[in-house]
Amino acid sequence: MLEMILITAVKVFMVLSAVLTACAYSTYLERKVVAHMQHRVGPLYAGPYGLLQPLADAVKLAFKEDLVPDNVERVTYALAPVASFVPAILIFAVVPFSNGFTWFGYDIPGVISDLNIGVLYIFAMTSLGVYGIVLAGWSSPSKYSMMGAIRSSAQMISYEISYGLSIIGILIIGNTLSLTEIVAQQAAESWVFFGNWYIVKQPLGFLLYITCAIAETNRAPFDLPEAESELVGGYHTEYSSMRFSMFFIAEYAYMLGVAAVGATLFLGGWNGPFLPPVIWFLIKVFLFMFLYIWLRATFPRFRYDQLMQFGWKVLFPLAIANTMGTAVWVVLSGQ
Amino acid sequence: MTLDYAIFLISAAVAVFGATMMIMQRNPVASVLYLILSLVAQAVVYVQLGALFLGAILIVVYAGAILVLFLFVIMLLNLRSNPELSASLPPLGWFTKVAVPVLMVVELYFVVDRVIWPPVPTGIVGKNPDFGSVETVATMMFTDYMYPLQLTGVLLLVAVVGAVVIARRESAEPRKTTASPDNRNEQPIDTVAG
Amino acid sequence: MVPIHAYLMLAMILFGIGAFGVLVSRNVIVMFMSVELMLNAANLVLIAFSRALGVVDGHVFVFLVLAVAAAEAAVGLAMIITIYRNRETINIDRYNLLKW
Repeated sequence: MLEMILITAVKVFMVLSAVLTACAYSTYLERKVVAHMQHRVGPLYAGPYGLLQPLADAVKLAFKEDLVPDNVERVTYALAPVASFVPAILIFAVVPFSNGFTWFGYDIPGVISDLNIGVLYIFAMTSLGVYGIVLAGWSSPSKYSMMGAIRSSAQMISYEISYGLSIIGILIIGNTLSLTEIVAQQAAESWVFFGNWYIVKQPLGFLLYITCAIAETNRAPFDLPEAESELVGGYHTEYSSMRFSMFFIAEYAYMLGVAAVGATLFLGGWNGPFLPPVIWFLIKVFLFMFLYIWLRATFPRFRYDQLMQFGWKVLFPLAIANTMGTAVWVVLSGQ
Repeated sequence: MTLDYAIFLISAAVAVFGATMMIMQRNPVASVLYLILSLVAQAVVYVQLGALFLGAILIVVYAGAILVLFLFVIMLLNLRSNPELSASLPPLGWFTKVAVPVLMVVELYFVVDRVIWPPVPTGIVGKNPDFGSVETVATMMFTDYMYPLQLTGVLLLVAVVGAVVIARRESAEPRKTTASPDNRNEQPIDTVAG
Repeated sequence: MVPIHAYLMLAMILFGIGAFGVLVSRNVIVMFMSVELMLNAANLVLIAFSRALGVVDGHVFVFLVLAVAAAEAAVGLAMIITIYRNRETINIDRYNLLKW
């Protein structure tokens, strides 16, 4: 019993530090990749190739003055960064990052908690992510924050439905809600190592998942809630210093979480030939993150009505069609 | 006192605390947040009773959808804390307003007190680990309870249509035929921001 | 082993708080949330007895109750928005005139 608690604590600590480091270096990755796509060089001076830039940013943010504007709703103002940060981190509790290993004679599964309702748990956590943004906008005495928050809550409610429906196809085929089992189902059977990945069986679902995931995490081209050119900074306009950096980390943690879930559901999780499972998992998450940044550098921002039209009139019917099609296919093929 | 009992007591205390604070608040946003706290604690109790699926659904449906809708409406109407709305009792009728719930609870207490039942097996790992899993609930729902399920679907559809019809603003200016739907949505935002 | 009475007591207290909130609060939105709380108290009883009896019928009922609660919230909030447009308040005491 005590050993189990200790092992879990160590695992939680390792995953948490890995996620936070990955968050920091996602900002570096983003700046570097976007810079090169725009024929610039990006951060260069802090350390070799600017590799210490995240550290410099963190130090800079930590030493800034923590300004609290007048007329804020104090409690919710302080609560909002935490409320957006915690659900993003909690997603990683059910994501299997490896097939398990043996340490000091203990068999350690490669996941913090193998819930048999893992997918539902992820839905629950992503749906809680909206609170941080809404509270931030509500408690700041600023119309930009308010507009950002209202936009974001409408957007997240709208896209969450398609986000959920895009995964249903996998649940119908896979017959399970446990992420560990879903990964196990995608193991290679022949030399075509990606033959069983759900991206092959659910290409439309994959596209829907990517699109809705970007909208859920408020990233470009769906970054209306924090559209710099029209809303200053959106919901976190009035935040500074560490509170601002918490929002920042939360956004990247959320992106990483969605990327990790996408890699697990569609790209076979840690499955892959030759390389160790953890490395495969990290490669897939990296691909997702690169896609995120690539899209950001490529597409212009949607207009708000276009965003809503796209969500409700394109993505939602497609998601329902995908679900129906998968159900019919499963029945007809007699699986 | 077993670990199970301790978990139950803690989550029950949090649930009651959240519910109490919810009705005491002047600020509607704080009320929503306390209700979320209470619901999360109740979800823990659900999970303890083996209802893993419903615990997750409670969070997804309530915290993720219904209460976001509440917050959205509060923001849309810009309802800051208002002393007029505090739960102070009006001079007339306070007796009924307090007595009715108190009597109800007392009555319920006498009913509960007479329930003769063996202790409930709790904890996630019971005799039957499948109890309350998605498979068992779904099988029951799509076989024995097919008819109520379908009716609920119809009810939801009616509710969606009804909500849209009720909340539609019958504005003086006729809606443009090429109307972008944001036209309607953005009007309250303007009043909010002002 | 937790006696079933503990769960029933919890549900009872939550139900009482919900009823108190509905009767005492003047804020329509808090009243609505109190109603949701009462629904959840009933759900808790269903789940507790489900566990005691070892059948999942109660879970199905709870699921349906959640769906109905969602529908109720949607329609109720739509009504609140409409009334607010006419009355400019969410104080329930001001909603005493059923015409405009």
